[in-house]
Order: sequence, then structure tokens, then C-alpha cells
Amino acid sequence: MTPIIEAVHLSKKFKLGAARSSEDSLREALVHSLRASWQVLRRGWGDGDSSSGPEWMWALHDINFRVEQGDVVGIIGANGAGKSTLLKILSRITDPTEGYVRLRGRVASLLEVGTGFHPDLTGRENVFLNGAMLGMTKAEMKSKFDEIVAFAELEKFLDTPVKHYSSGMYVRLGFAVAAHLDPEVLIVDEVLAVGDIAFQKKCLGKMGQFGQSGRTILFVSHNIAAVLNLCQKGIVLEQGRLTFQGDSKSAVEYYVGAMSQKEHKNETHIVDLWNARGRLPQYQPWLRKLEVYAGSGKPLEGELATGDPIRVHVEFELREPKTNFDVRVNFLDLYGQVIFAARSSYEPKRDWGPRSGVQEFECEIPELPFTPGEYRIEAALVLDDKCVDYVEDAYRLKVLGSDYYGTGKVPSLGFFVHDQDWRLL
Amino acid sequence: MTTDNIGMTSVPELVLKPHTGWQPVDFQEIWQGRELFAFLVWRDIKIRYKQTVLGGLWALFQPLLAMLIFTVVFGRLAGIRTDGPPYSLFTYSGLVLWTFFANSVSISSNSLVGNQALVSKIYFPRVFIPLACIGALVLDLFIGLFLVFGLMIHYRWPLSIGCVWMPFYILGTLLASSGLGLILSALNVSFRDVKYAVPFFIQMGLFVSPVIYPLSYIPARFRILLGLNPMSGMIVGFRHSMIGGEVDWALVGTSSTMAVALFVAGLFIFRRMERRFADVI
Repeated sequence: MTPIIEAVHLSKKFKLGAARSSEDSLREALVHSLRASWQVLRRGWGDGDSSSGPEWMWALHDINFRVEQGDVVGIIGANGAGKSTLLKILSRITDPTEGYVRLRGRVASLLEVGTGFHPDLTGRENVFLNGAMLGMTKAEMKSKFDEIVAFAELEKFLDTPVKHYSSGMYVRLGFAVAAHLDPEVLIVDEVLAVGDIAFQKKCLGKMGQFGQSGRTILFVSHNIAAVLNLCQKGIVLEQGRLTFQGDSKSAVEYYVGAMSQKEHKNETHIVDLWNARGRLPQYQPWLRKLEVYAGSGKPLEGELATGDPIRVHVEFELREPKTNFDVRVNFLDLYGQVIFAARSSYEPKRDWGPRSGVQEFECEIPELPFTPGEYRIEAALVLDDKCVDYVEDAYRLKVLGSDYYGTGKVPSLGFFVHDQDWRLL
Repeated sequence: MTTDNIGMTSVPELVLKPHTGWQPVDFQEIWQGRELFAFLVWRDIKIRYKQTVLGGLWALFQPLLAMLIFTVVFGRLAGIRTDGPPYSLFTYSGLVLWTFFANSVSISSNSLVGNQALVSKIYFPRVFIPLACIGALVLDLFIGLFLVFGLMIHYRWPLSIGCVWMPFYILGTLLASSGLGLILSALNVSFRDVKYAVPFFIQMGLFVSPVIYPLSYIPARFRILLGLNPMSGMIVGFRHSMIGGEVDWALVGTSSTMAVALFVAGLFIFRRMERRFADVI
């Protein structure tokens, strides 16, 4: 059988730091632009790919895979592993630098929910516009319009401009349009991370149906549970290379295994967040440092027993006086599920007033009730209800078994331990 | 199941591979996307005058106000003679096309940068983005054209028999605007200098197009030079076709050639630069 998608030696090179050229001062900008003009001119023209220097990076390197018709494939990988780049090439948004992809079917891709929605247009108008962008014909849209609206549960708001929609409504409408495309291949990026749980389930259900009807799906998600649920096959990307392909269960196991092998990562209890690699690309550094201590105040170097106390210090910088700020520390399992979320805004006695400059906060958790296993800590800073910085996978924590209940037994099943009283009635 | 089969056979195998150098323009793909193009034009029309009080009337006010000011400044104070028609009719007949051209170029040159999400998150023929902006402005152009007739009635100025050629000059204006819009929008993705350069050159362009002065002010040997600006010939020709008066066919010919060349160049340059849009925008 000929594969519906075939990638051969697929590679993509990007220039590093192109987006981050600082133009703070006019002089700097002038000097910079004079020096760079010639190079930039060549590059903008569409040549210049030949200039491979240290400032170039392979976002994808020599990727080879085949997808058969009817396969539902999960693409798994950490941030910056090249998942989005791969989807962009498959969606024709960007060209590969080397290699090629052979596609044998109509492809629809959903890299972002509601791309092309215009805030001033009504829900109805946006459905038609978005549908056309995703490749539906007018006739197709007319016949599916009612279905789309019913799926989004937005009948009452059809004639309201979408700028008045809540983010949940926006996502619902966007996904509803995409869910009613009828392509042979559907490419879906991390779009289900938004929206409420009930709607997420509905979308996954719809995609499941789609997959069962013999269509091909490529699915990227951080939600490993969703990948396991939906996909039969999996591809693991690590730093631009394809390191595993096979059935989805083995792929997830491989990925989780690869993640936990990196445990040597915590060389010290102090993590430099300012230069962290796990910062999502849309954020600038505000978070400076993360420090992890055991309950006694002793530096913690990666290991802790179930039920032990933990203290997490977060240092960040406020560039102007702020009253409304929230420091967030999430604990995730290796599947990427947030197990526990700590936030400074959950502190009932918080009254820190307006603060500016470098701040250091401590979050003390008297008993960390996680069952044995590996966990990741991520940190975020929210100013005026807007997330300004977010560092993933800042610290790796290994929780060891302990006799938490004092019975000589080490609890390991489930996610957490909790006080429980048993009595004979 | 039947739809599946139809879908499979109608889709030829597609190979996504690196492209270098000049590429042919995929007219088939553009034709297949015509419904989307219509939607994008409709979108741009719909949102352009959202939350404005005067709405579509702006399409009238812009050239009309410019006409009044030019009539006072150039017609009265500077005393430019038009060899016939009243100055306001004369200058308005030029302004209609010039305003369309100026708006087309300035709006479309910012269109890709202003629609980053469309460029980096979705695929469709990207020429649609700048061209749809221009398509939406065609409505304004037609509103403006009606006013030419209105002014002619007002001044009891006879319609020239040559007016059958009028669509030709409209077409030339469309080609020139589209060509320049395509080139500038593509350049703007890599070089934001375009954003600053365009308003300036548009402003200057008005003075090197025969909008405010008749052709007789330009010595014959410089007219070919003037014709390198595609809008010169379109304005002169349009004016001649509607209200008569002087025309220089050599100039019209040069400008027409320039307009076609600009359009073709626009398509190819856009095509060539297109593949880097998503990476650099």
C-alpha cells in the first residue's frame, strides 16, 4: 500500500535569534542594520540559505517516516523538539530546507484554533470565512452550517461579533469549523490545551470518530493521555531528530523513559531561570531563579520522600511597581499532567502591597503528598492577570517511597497519599 | 465512501520540497481559491468602515476634499490652466484613479505584516492577502467614478465618445496597483523599511503624476519619463476618455506597458519571496 504521507530526509534550518535583535537604541540599530543589510537583503530575497554558520540551527534533521491511510499518529516531543516545524511543513506553510514530503490526499490543518477570525465579524460571518480559509467550498459550508453551530453550542450568539466572545466560546467556534472539514488528512497542533474540559472531550470524541472513519490524523499534544487514547501510532521527536516510531504506547513509554534519563539535570538546588532553555518562545525573562530546599532548609538535590516538606524559592524581577502579581509553581508528572498547582495568590494572608525590583518568594509545602515517581516543576509569573513568563521543566524532582502511613508499607499506587481513617463498625 | 473516492482521485500527489530561484505562478491553485478570494474581499469591505460614523462615505470624501483643496490651491492661487474643463472636474478625474492607487498600495503593502497569523498558521495562496485589500478598494473606486459623472452633469460638460475606452484605464490602474502592492507587501515581510517608505513615496508620487497639472505643462521630451510612472498614462488616458482634452499616446503606451510589466513582475517576485514569509514574519 502506498503511504498517504511520506517524509524523506526532511530537514529544516532556522536562523537563531533573528527575532530577538535588540533595537533599543537608534545607534545600535543603525550599526546593526548597516552590518546586516547586505546579508539580510540576500536572505529576504529567498537565497542565502547557503550561509551555514554557528547562528543556524536545525529545527528538523533528517526526518524519515511514512503514514498509511487511516493511521492516527501522535507526535510527541518536548518544546523545541521540532513538532510545530514539522506540522508547518506538512501544512505547506513553510518549505523544508532539505528532503521532501509526498502527500497523497487533501490535507486540512489546524495549527491554531480560529486563525483568521476577525474580531469585528459575527460568529456566523467568521464560520464562513474560516471555513473558506481551511478549504471548504461555500456549498459544503452551507450544508454543514447548522451542524457546526450546534457542535459549538453557540446558536444564541451567532450574530454577535466574536470580540465579545469569551475565550472558551472562541475556541469552540474555531474547533467546530475545523471539526467539520472533510479532508483525507487532518493535522492538529496543540489546540486542545485551551477550552473547558467538557468541550475538550467532545473534540477528542469528534477526532476519534474521524479517525475511525478511515481518515488519517496527525496529532500533536502535550496531553499524553489524549495521545494514548486517540492514536494507534506515535512518533517521538527530540531536538529535531526522529528518535522513535512505532505504536503509540511504546512511543509514549520511550518518551517518558527518555525524559527520566535526563535526571542528572539538577546539578544543584539553584536553577537559573533567567537563561532557562524551557522558556516558551513567546515570553521574555522575568523569572530569575528557582531554589529548592528540604523542610529543614537544607538544599534539595532532586530527591525527596513521599510526605516530606519542601520549600520552593522563586526570584523574579518587577520592572515597575506592581500590586497584582502572581507567582505560580506547578508540579507535573512526566506525562505533562499538572498534579498540583501552587500560587502566591492562594495565600490568604497575602498583602504584599506594591512591589518593584527583585523579589524573592518562598512557597512552603508542609507535606508533599506525591506517590513515588518523577515529577517536574515549572514556574510562571502573572502580572495583572496576564502571563508574562513561563519556564517549563525547570526542576526535576524524584519522589521516593516512604512509610507515609506509619504502617511499614510504602504506598505507590495512585497520584497522591492522603490522611485516611479506617474503623470497624 | 463515494466522497472519499472522489476526493482521492481529484487530489494529485503533492510533493513538498525546497524551492530555490524563480518559480512558475500556480494559476490553477489561484483559480481554485476564487471563492476564498471573494470571501477575503468581502471581509475587507465589511471591516474597513466598522465603528466609523461616515462609513462608506469616506470613499467619497477623500477625493472630494482633495479636489476642493487642490482647486483652491492649484486652480486659484497657483493658477494652473487646464485647457478647457473646469479645474475641479479636471483634477477630480485624476484624483479618482490616484486615490485608488495610493490607498491600494499603502493598504496592501502592510497586508501581510498585518495578517501574521494568516501567514504563519494557515495555508492558502498568499497572493490573496494583498490582492483582497485591493479588491475591496474597487468598491470605493466605483463610488468615486459615479461622482465623475455627477460633476460632469453639474458642469454640463459633454461626455467624450472615447469613454468606451475608460475600462481599459481602470484595468491598467488595477494592474499597476496590484503589481506594486504584491512587491511591497512581500518586501515588507523582511524589510519593515517599506512601512516608512511607502507613505512618503505615495505623497511624492502625486506630484509626478499629471493629477494637478495638465500634460501641456510637461515638455514633450520629458513625457516618456513621466510615462515610466504607470499612473501617468492611466490618468491622462482616463481623463481623455471621459472629458476629452489633450492626450499623448506614446505616454499612454509607455504607462500601459509599465502597468503590465509591474503586474507580472509582482506575481513572480511575490512567488519567489513567498516561501520565506512564515519563517521571517
